[in-house]
Amino acid sequence: MIMSDDIRARIDGLIKGHHVMLFMKGTKQFPACGFSNAVVEILKKEATPFETFNILADPEMRQALKEYSSWPTFPQLYIDGKFVGGCDIVTEMHQSGELKKELAAARKPVQAVG
Amino acid sequence: MPTPDVLQARLLAAFPTARVEVNDLTGTADHFQAVVVAQEFHGKSRIEQHKMVYAALGELMTGGAIHALALTTRAP
Repeated sequence: MIMSDDIRARIDGLIKGHHVMLFMKGTKQFPACGFSNAVVEILKKEATPFETFNILADPEMRQALKEYSSWPTFPQLYIDGKFVGGCDIVTEMHQSGELKKELAAARKPVQAVG
Repeated sequence: MPTPDVLQARLLAAFPTARVEVNDLTGTADHFQAVVVAQEFHGKSRIEQHKMVYAALGELMTGGAIHALALTTRAP
């Protein structure tokens, strides 16, 4: 399936409009999957503001994101427009302290997009 | 429904000299945990390593047969 320009623009807007953008199953308040929940909990521990998108509520976005990120599963974490990884990678980066560094770099002011 | 043996065979086909461990986490043949230690991962980022594993699993990953795969990858 080839994603439409509209969908690509929506994804671009979300990942460029938020320093920390998590595409997940369920919501920040009610994660619908243990892996998504794990990443939400890590981001809370990192005390970083983050935005989430519930892919269960939007099948078209769910499919398009797999292509966009070249990644078959969720959650998918983006920091400053860059794909960071899924639950396993985010967990490893949290434990090693790499995630904290990435997030600190992301909090530096950059030119607003959109 | 794929079994751990099926996943292991796929991964060994892609990474012949790798150490591969696959466990069925729930006993329902759709939630798995895999550890892959492969020469091919030298010089690759974690994202690239995971993508290589997903590519090796092909339609098992993309077709919905595998609902979840907790993945640990590294070079030996």
